[in-house]
Amino acid sequence: MDVLMLSRLQFAMATMFHFIFVPLTLGLSILVAIMETKYVRTGDETYKRMTKFWGKLFVINFVLGVVTGITLEFQFGTNWSRYSEYVGDIFGSLLAIEATTSFFLESTFLGAWIFGWNILSPKMHAACIWLVAIASNLSAAWILLANAFMQNPVGYVLRNGRAELDNFFHVLLNPFGWQQYVHTLSGAFTLAGFFVMGVSAYHLLKKQNIDFFTRSFKMGMIFALVFSVLVAVQGHHHAQEVGKIQPAKLAAMESLWETHENAPMYLLVVPDEKNEKNAIELFGIPGALSFLAHGSFNTPVQGLKDWPADERPPVMLTFLSFRVMVGLGTLLPILCIWAFLRRNKLTETPRLLKAMIFAIPLPYLAIEAGWVVAEVGRQPWIVYGLMKTADAVSPIVTSQVAFSLVALTLLYALLGAVDIYLLFKFAKKGPAEA
Amino acid sequence: MLETIWFLLWGVLWAVYFVLDGYDLGIGTLVPFLGKSDTDRRVMFNAMGPFWDGNEVWLITAGGVTFAAFPKAYAVMFSGLYTPLMLLLFALIVRGVSLEFRHQVDSPAWRKVWDWGATIGSFVPALLLGVAFANIFMGLPLDENGVFQGNLLTLLNPYGLAGGVLFVLLFVMHGALWLTIKSEGDLHQRAAKLTRKLWPVLVALIGVFVVLTAIYTNLLSNYLLNPLMLVLLVIPVLALVLLRQQIGKEQWWTAWGLSAAIIAGLTLFGVVGLYPALLPSSISPDYSITITNAASSTLTLSIMLGVTLVFIPIVAAYQFWLYRTFAHKVTEKELAQDGAY
Repeated sequence: MDVLMLSRLQFAMATMFHFIFVPLTLGLSILVAIMETKYVRTGDETYKRMTKFWGKLFVINFVLGVVTGITLEFQFGTNWSRYSEYVGDIFGSLLAIEATTSFFLESTFLGAWIFGWNILSPKMHAACIWLVAIASNLSAAWILLANAFMQNPVGYVLRNGRAELDNFFHVLLNPFGWQQYVHTLSGAFTLAGFFVMGVSAYHLLKKQNIDFFTRSFKMGMIFALVFSVLVAVQGHHHAQEVGKIQPAKLAAMESLWETHENAPMYLLVVPDEKNEKNAIELFGIPGALSFLAHGSFNTPVQGLKDWPADERPPVMLTFLSFRVMVGLGTLLPILCIWAFLRRNKLTETPRLLKAMIFAIPLPYLAIEAGWVVAEVGRQPWIVYGLMKTADAVSPIVTSQVAFSLVALTLLYALLGAVDIYLLFKFAKKGPAEA
Repeated sequence: MLETIWFLLWGVLWAVYFVLDGYDLGIGTLVPFLGKSDTDRRVMFNAMGPFWDGNEVWLITAGGVTFAAFPKAYAVMFSGLYTPLMLLLFALIVRGVSLEFRHQVDSPAWRKVWDWGATIGSFVPALLLGVAFANIFMGLPLDENGVFQGNLLTLLNPYGLAGGVLFVLLFVMHGALWLTIKSEGDLHQRAAKLTRKLWPVLVALIGVFVVLTAIYTNLLSNYLLNPLMLVLLVIPVLALVLLRQQIGKEQWWTAWGLSAAIIAGLTLFGVVGLYPALLPSSISPDYSITITNAASSTLTLSIMLGVTLVFIPIVAAYQFWLYRTFAHKVTEKELAQDGAY
């Protein structure tokens, strides 16, 4: 393998690993902040215990998100230096703004929150976790606007052999970025809701701390219900936006080879990339794809063959990841509705509780699959239509990247295992006695 | 003009990072030497507990600002120094999780693993940052395309190694001083004693480093052109002298402040000597990465300056609040609290 392929693998590994921890940070910070606010408002000790229990899981999860986040900032320079030089004027600024406006806020006040239980006033202490929650969700906006520049570059001008900033507001108001923001955050909040429901379900099944975990379950449920519906509905609009801005990605998501008016959607498809067709296409609904993509049955949808072979994204991976995301995205709201209907009979519904324990990994899978669609589907471009990934890689030696990829993978595997072990340990242990 | 302002801000951000995370890295390095008992080690970890993460963000910001203001410098620096940066990254990752994991399982073997994680994860960054910056001061073998013509061994030259040792020693002194502020009893005494022992070594090493700098680098040429700027060297030297006096008087806050002035002063002394280069090339001055050939557009530099001038003072204000709130000593009572390391 060459530097390009190794660097791509390393980027994928580092980013996907980082994103195991980020969504829970985004969602659970808000839930913990709500719990602590309820404690401060009502003085109800159960809410305090909830804050501490879920807060502990939050912190264990948080640390891995933080330390693996440094890799993300470094690797644009280490492995993608030509890209960094080409778009740093815009992309680098967004990363720098993210650090100054969000990371400081998040890290400083989390430190105060963890160590401040007996030092800060209850109101001040609750304010700290709110600041952490706001800062993490604000940081997501900056990094997604940066990613949106790679997906849909706007507000730039080509000058001095690079992309230079032309209009900062266009960069800030990149519609693609805000679609991604709503999509990513709703997905993350859904994940956090399922995490809280799943852990609570484990204890409810064992009939321990029933009041504590019923309250927790319901909070997670409301969160997951609202946001799993939102992510699905908005996801549809997001896909339409993709169809307009990145038609080749949409074609790969659907494995559509020929341009069709009245494009059908097949319920069963097996792509055959080599022969530029689908090996199996069954159960077609005429016009369904045209309708989903453009809101009209007659509008043509571009097929992959409209682009030369070297300007198409990898079809199989994009196609399958999209199916995984959409399938889970459909299942999750259904699970939430089931939970909602049984919300007052939780302990009498062991099947629901068991299902919720096993559902914990599902939103993780959906989110990772979604990122594969977004990033693999963008290929061969690193900046859509502007710079190819192959032209972006650093002038470095293969052995360097081979070393760092192996070392990083081993280190991450080890630390990830420890972190997940700790999450299990404390999730199973349950809250401190009242 | 804008480029020059950004060049100075770039130097200042690195200096702030070294001052703030420097004591964390120093304390981490000192764990096997000063942490005799588990309680000692817990005090050491809790001494940086509320702060280390916020301190580390200054590194992210220094990196981010390099990317935003001087994209070419970021590209060349991070890809050219690929392997050392990866090692720095691994070490910082291990440091962070070690602090957080150590107290989660009540087992001596478990704690021992993360004690070593914290030590290695602190010592390695201190050393590598020193090696990297010394090499930048000296000039990197950059060709006409900004490609680094060397490997890890290129960096391990006598001057680079001297920089590494100097950083480790500066941070260890800085960390020991912070520990005197945050600890009491026997540990406090041992940390205090260490600062007295380290002081002459630090004086000698800074002296050697300044002489080596005159031999190996061109940093001094800026100062010869404009001798008034030598004030920058006066600050750390004066601080170094006063430091001994304050250690003698056991004025630990002042001593820590002086140590901060030494670190910041030396960093800025080096950075100003580089001007207008960010990364001088040792192959030819024509290949150097400078504020002219690496800077972002005027629009980006202006917007980023606005963002920085608004937000960095706000950050400084709430980080100051954090330090004031948690300035007290780490006591037995503190160690018994929820959330304590």
